[in-house]
Amino acid sequence: MISTPGSVLEQKIEAPPAAPMPGDLNDELLSTDFWTDDMVHRAGIPVVDVPFVSCGGGMGSFVLSTYLRVAGADPSQIRVLSNLEHPWQTYEYLTRVSQIPRPERLRSDSQGMPDCLWGFPSYALREARKEKKLFPIWNVLTEPIFADYWTPRAGTVFSGLERETKRIRYFDMLVQGQVRMVRRRTGGGYFTILTPPPGTSATRRVAYRSQYVHLAIGYPGLKFLPDLQEYRQKYNDLAHTVNAYEPHEHIYEGLLAKPGTVLVRGGGIVASRVLQRLMDDREKKGAQTEILHLFRTYYSGRHNKWGLAKRRGAYGFAFQGFNAPKSAWGGQHIQQMLKLEGKARKDLYELTGGAHTPYRKYWLDQMKRGREQGWYKTYQGEVTEVKPGPNGVVTTIRQQNGSTATLEAQIILDCTGLEADIREHRIYADLLEHSGAGRNPLGRLDVDPSFEARGTRSGSGRIYASGSATYGGYFAGVDTFLGLQLSAQRITDDLAKQGFVKKIGVGRSFSHWWKWFRHKGI
Amino acid sequence: MIPTLNGRIQTRIFLVLFIGIPWTLIITPFLPNNRDLIPGSSLLDTYKTTFTVLGIVLAVSLIVWEWLYHFLQQFRWEKDWPVMFSLFLVVPEAIVAKVIFNALDIGTKFNATATDATFWWHIGTTWLVMWLFVLGPIKIFFIRWRFNGGRIFF
Repeated sequence: MISTPGSVLEQKIEAPPAAPMPGDLNDELLSTDFWTDDMVHRAGIPVVDVPFVSCGGGMGSFVLSTYLRVAGADPSQIRVLSNLEHPWQTYEYLTRVSQIPRPERLRSDSQGMPDCLWGFPSYALREARKEKKLFPIWNVLTEPIFADYWTPRAGTVFSGLERETKRIRYFDMLVQGQVRMVRRRTGGGYFTILTPPPGTSATRRVAYRSQYVHLAIGYPGLKFLPDLQEYRQKYNDLAHTVNAYEPHEHIYEGLLAKPGTVLVRGGGIVASRVLQRLMDDREKKGAQTEILHLFRTYYSGRHNKWGLAKRRGAYGFAFQGFNAPKSAWGGQHIQQMLKLEGKARKDLYELTGGAHTPYRKYWLDQMKRGREQGWYKTYQGEVTEVKPGPNGVVTTIRQQNGSTATLEAQIILDCTGLEADIREHRIYADLLEHSGAGRNPLGRLDVDPSFEARGTRSGSGRIYASGSATYGGYFAGVDTFLGLQLSAQRITDDLAKQGFVKKIGVGRSFSHWWKWFRHKGI
Repeated sequence: MIPTLNGRIQTRIFLVLFIGIPWTLIITPFLPNNRDLIPGSSLLDTYKTTFTVLGIVLAVSLIVWEWLYHFLQQFRWEKDWPVMFSLFLVVPEAIVAKVIFNALDIGTKFNATATDATFWWHIGTTWLVMWLFVLGPIKIFFIRWRFNGGRIFF
């Protein structure tokens, strides 16, 4: 498992404090599904009352708090419980290690703006104005017909977020610490248990008593391909296998110093990024890297018919502009999904999901040169064995025609980006075990169209969730900027119906946009 | 844009009512015309003409165009509708509207103050304004529009 700044994998087994501290969880609390105020009091855990608690403190918490602030919630009504210092910390870490430093471009739509809930003026307009260029505007007007999708630079997004956090007074709502669990409260609402950083609290735990809880805790962790994981453990060899989401700059540096062969696994966006880095190093910096690329599913043409259309594919890759078909963010895809349950929903996920990458001319040209000059070779097959060889690691694959092949490389780069099961995250594990939450057809957290976690209702209280944990629900684009906005909007509308915030109608929307436009704090 | 059929129809109605009508009110006095040549004609005649044109465009779009676009959209994997399509669709829509306009002899009905130039300038500028509004500003007022496949009213 690979830990990210926001995940809790490395803190799975909490070290007990040096000296016993008062106010800790006791057996009674741990084993009871519904907690009374008295039980928490008996354990000596101090209680903080606040109507709305958001756990996570990453992009998901940030986008929802923006929505709630615009819908009229005061910062005093919201507490964001987080082990992150700022919302883009995990995101920036993951993009950086997967080869998108600040000046590089994300795979995100121009109007998917976490720092502006209206999405206007878009990132393309912002960049055009700032850099005094018309190109971004021309691009967004002609995409995807005459141009590849325009996408914003990572740095543009981060600097916008910095400004917006200050404008909505995000840091007034942020409380540092590690969320341990959320349990239902007898009489309605929830208790969220926070472990504050050592030395900041007189007690080991603090309980947040709230009517609403929002879970946006991101990836439980990223998973290695099982066969590589097995190899790592069996041969205790960590040097030759690396995951693209781990820091691995040393690999590229090593390849510049000494020629080598790399086996890239996976056919998604991360594989594309890593290939670009390897190929750029070769073409621009003189590296002599040989690249082997193994696909589990190899697409050589159009495939997967949905409606009257088939998805484009070539040279192994499936092409799709963003994480899901564009219409998942509000159009026909989500409309169709809303009618599907169980296996039918899973089937549509399979049809329109899988590993895919955007169609970018630069990448295709580069790979073409690689194929022609013989330093980039693609393979398809199922891995049957990974073992050490004289010159690195030998991967044996069974190809589609039944024959076997062996691929030898000094480095195996896992670009599959497998996500761990939600149960690996103890908040979800606890929720599944004690709070009535269930799983959706893809095994993640089951949420309804308002992003309320099904089965977790407690009196008038609600638990909502957004982000990657809800993938497999009606909305396939959850783990994206635009997706976080869509979820935040649905959650805010649901909260408005219950009277917690005001409905964002035409007037409120416009007046708040005008404030946003002038950078006026709220 | 990622419209659903319902969303397309609602967006179209909204655009014509709330952008097309105000724009027509503003622009009609400035459109090329031949009122000087026709004794007894007035600006009101030109208004009647331009509003009729707007009505034709709306009616045809609701009966034919939006359904056709929705069908064509099914051939796109993403089920999206690139903004460039929306801009260039003014060409077929305007031509069909002109054919209907001529066939119903609408020009002469209102004292014939409108010329071909009145027609093209009116439809061209109205389309452009509606298109620009949909590109961005619509989201300032309707934050759910883009996440609801273009639905506005229900």
